[in-house]
Amino acid sequence: MVGLEHYLTVAAALFVIGIFGIFLNRKNIIIILMSIELILLSVNINLVAFSSFLNDLVGQVFTMFILTVAAAEAAIGLAILVCFFRNRGTIDVEDVNVMKG
Amino acid sequence: MGIADITFYAFAVTLLGAGLLVTVSRSPVHSVLWLILTFISAAGMFVLLGAEFIAMLLIIVYVGAVAVLFLFVVMMLDIDFAKLKGEMARYFPIASVIGLVLLMQMALLFGSWQEAEAARELRQAPTPELAEMHNTKALGMIIYDQYFLLFQVAGLILLVAMIGAIVLTLRHRKDVKRQDVVAQMHRDPAKAMELKDVKPGQGLG
Repeated sequence: MVGLEHYLTVAAALFVIGIFGIFLNRKNIIIILMSIELILLSVNINLVAFSSFLNDLVGQVFTMFILTVAAAEAAIGLAILVCFFRNRGTIDVEDVNVMKG
Repeated sequence: MGIADITFYAFAVTLLGAGLLVTVSRSPVHSVLWLILTFISAAGMFVLLGAEFIAMLLIIVYVGAVAVLFLFVVMMLDIDFAKLKGEMARYFPIASVIGLVLLMQMALLFGSWQEAEAARELRQAPTPELAEMHNTKALGMIIYDQYFLLFQVAGLILLVAMIGAIVLTLRHRKDVKRQDVVAQMHRDPAKAMELKDVKPGQGLG
């Protein structure tokens, strides 16, 4: 019988894959954005699993808000990426040091 | 093992395999396609959990909008991805170490985790029986009632994101001739044309 623990394990593994992807693709910001999407998806799986096993709908409501924020984040991130590529001709994250922060 | 369990394991294996391939695949286009597979298997898991509305939302929003957005950007930018991939071997050890440490921390946490006694009493909105109300209607009853303010704020976030994305990517090219409607409409024919009476045998000068 598949219980809450199974879903939590899958979500944790997906979260770790997302972190792994961020560190593995240090140069390629598109893959970093995709890894962030994976991390947000793992959080969503956690919320929906708890919502389902506790019979509480609030988890699903918050999943929808995370979905909204993730979509907005992807749109803004890709817009900044396109803007940066237009100005600099590269998407290498290590070149993003104009502000010397 | 019932059919639901087999389906769960199939979705879980697909989800994790596709998720891993997003991070390691050679071309970003393949990464986006694996990302789509990840989202579809996550949607399948949500259906198994009884959250049908979220599952369909995931397919519509992520596969229909976000993944296509990624695909557009990947294909629009002219980047030598092979060169970027060459650096991947350098970062593989540190990425694996960080991933393993994180996995071990989560395993430790998971070993000592147990459900709180009061968790069931603390429910904010208990799920109605399926015969009484289906998932979408039950969600709507909560979102448009208890969480109405948050719902409006979510809409505002989307508006700001939309305006921001447009402002960031909009550009006016100076080297292209454009139609200036206001100038066209305020053009006076009397001033635009001048008639000269040229005498025979003489030039204008």
